[in-house]
Amino acid sequence: MSDIADLSLIAVTKRFGGIAAVDAVDFEVAQGEFFSILGPSGCGKTTLMRMIAGFESPTSGDIRIRGVSMLAVPANKRPVNMVFQSLALFPMMSVGENIGYGLACAGVSGPEAAERIARILDRVGLSGFGPRAVTQLSGGQRQRVAIARCLVLEPTLVLLDEPLGALDLKLREHMKIELKQLQSAFNTTFMYITHDQSEALVMSDRVAVMNKGRFEQVGTPRELYHNPKTSFVAGFVGDANIWSGSAAGAIAGGTRLKLATGAEVTGMGTGIDDGVRAYLRPEAIALAGSLDELSALPNRFPGTVSTVLFDGAASTLVIDAAGFPPLRATLPQAGPLAGIEAGAAVAFGFTPEALKIFPA
Amino acid sequence: MANPKIMASARTLTSEGLGERLGLFLLITPAILWLGLLVILPHVEIGILSLSQRIAARVYTIGFGNYFEFLSEPIYWHTFARTALLSILVTAITLVISFPVALYIAKFAVGKSKPILFLMCLIPFWASELVRTLGWMMLLREAGVVSFLLQWAGIAGKPVEMLYSDGSLVLGLVYGGMLFMIVPLTNALESLENAQIEAGYDLGGTNFTVLRKIIIPHAMPGIVAGAIIVFMLTVGNFVTPVMLGGKNGLWFTEQIYSQFITRFNWPQGSAFGFMLLLLSTGIVWLGLRLTGQGFSETLRRT
Repeated sequence: MSDIADLSLIAVTKRFGGIAAVDAVDFEVAQGEFFSILGPSGCGKTTLMRMIAGFESPTSGDIRIRGVSMLAVPANKRPVNMVFQSLALFPMMSVGENIGYGLACAGVSGPEAAERIARILDRVGLSGFGPRAVTQLSGGQRQRVAIARCLVLEPTLVLLDEPLGALDLKLREHMKIELKQLQSAFNTTFMYITHDQSEALVMSDRVAVMNKGRFEQVGTPRELYHNPKTSFVAGFVGDANIWSGSAAGAIAGGTRLKLATGAEVTGMGTGIDDGVRAYLRPEAIALAGSLDELSALPNRFPGTVSTVLFDGAASTLVIDAAGFPPLRATLPQAGPLAGIEAGAAVAFGFTPEALKIFPA
Repeated sequence: MANPKIMASARTLTSEGLGERLGLFLLITPAILWLGLLVILPHVEIGILSLSQRIAARVYTIGFGNYFEFLSEPIYWHTFARTALLSILVTAITLVISFPVALYIAKFAVGKSKPILFLMCLIPFWASELVRTLGWMMLLREAGVVSFLLQWAGIAGKPVEMLYSDGSLVLGLVYGGMLFMIVPLTNALESLENAQIEAGYDLGGTNFTVLRKIIIPHAMPGIVAGAIIVFMLTVGNFVTPVMLGGKNGLWFTEQIYSQFITRFNWPQGSAFGFMLLLLSTGIVWLGLRLTGQGFSETLRRT
């Protein structure tokens, strides 16, 4: 591993008209890292990726690959290859020709090209698929051809633009694991963009959450999930009950918060003013038959189950409680409450650390 | 479970089955009438006519004499070969000029400019071919606009005649064929995903590689369709060669015209007509074979 990052962006800005699609973004991606950019559509992540690939040029700032500025380098000369959202396999070429295209462009042909194509097909688990037409392949196989087409060129960086979007759910789950395995097997730096938090969290070493052209937070999936730095990250990454209210003052071990619906709870947050938003993950809510069982928690309230949303391990309860908006809590299927029905009385509680408070 | 075969055969006997058949019959009737009356019948007539030889006044026998006449008279087959070669040249030039235009309209023009550009290609075709050709004559004749501009700029010392040559003929035919090349090409290129072009560059391709390996193969059905249409129109064109071609720059359609109208030799004219049909069919077939495209495939994809 070298000291110089594979990819570094320095204050990269892209304006379309007066609007900054990408606004002073800085980050570095280390060699061999799986780095994701997670954000809603229109947040600028596609523009950012297209600038790295060379299809757009930044209004200001610098893009460096292994320390070399790429601004003057056209897309076809950058050591960067992209897996497109639509995959963009060439339909008039066979699988082998698709992979050989980049090699031919690089001046590799004949037996050496044939050998490299065979080797890469073998590594992505498609041995012997060379002569097949790309139209004969399944969704997952096409995916692997698209990745092989990039990896055969041994690029410094592979960009992936939501390549799993078109797949059905089962295959997507499978490809997530496969992509991660391919990336670690090839030890190539991957930069992945997606609006699907699960894709980003499962595969990435680090994730940048992007909103309105800026990075809200960069961190490991765990950091983002457990310690969101902004209100946007807390709401975008993972599921949460979102409450608005006002801060009622600091106490030992937290901040008192009065919800707009009436209840008073204790949470954690910094830089808090009058209008705040509080985020509480459904799985951070402890459930019990009675309030006494939750005596260790500063926040504990009685309520009634209004709906049971059964979804196997992801089952949740919707709880009505005085002073709260309807609240979702994960229902452990291994616990004593697994068989609870709508209408039953239930007690719920949570630690102050679990309730993240941000300025609204 | 009922046997579906029995069900199906039973249905054709019912009134519903009859109604379906009648509907289908009515739907294809115009096509059959069109093919029968306007395509097959005249060709059968011309075919028969081309095989009748005059041996004395109002006495005819059947034979290939009109075709032998075509082969034995050099001016006929010279014109024939000239028409074939120039038509291929015109088709090729039309393709080369139209391709960038179509590529620009299909892939680079954005927003409103796309329909406007398309309309600009279409507008000249609101005027008749005769008027368009006359327009070229005004530009190219000795006292025309181009000649005047050349003299004004000091490039030419005296009036320049640019009409009545193979050059002006090819120019006029290319102009007349362009729209019929641009439309199928634009259609074919519009279906090319931008990501494919970007992927072509991303994997290291130069402009030339992307054009040769991605854009042209994708546009191939459009290229073939456009080439067939332009070639057919060019081979069968009459007005443009008559008005823009030189005195010794005969076009084969002029030979057919003179046989029918000037000489009243309908059998000879019919034989020429058949030769022209064979020529265009043969060259289109050859073109399809050379480019590896199937005819039905081409028709289906454009």
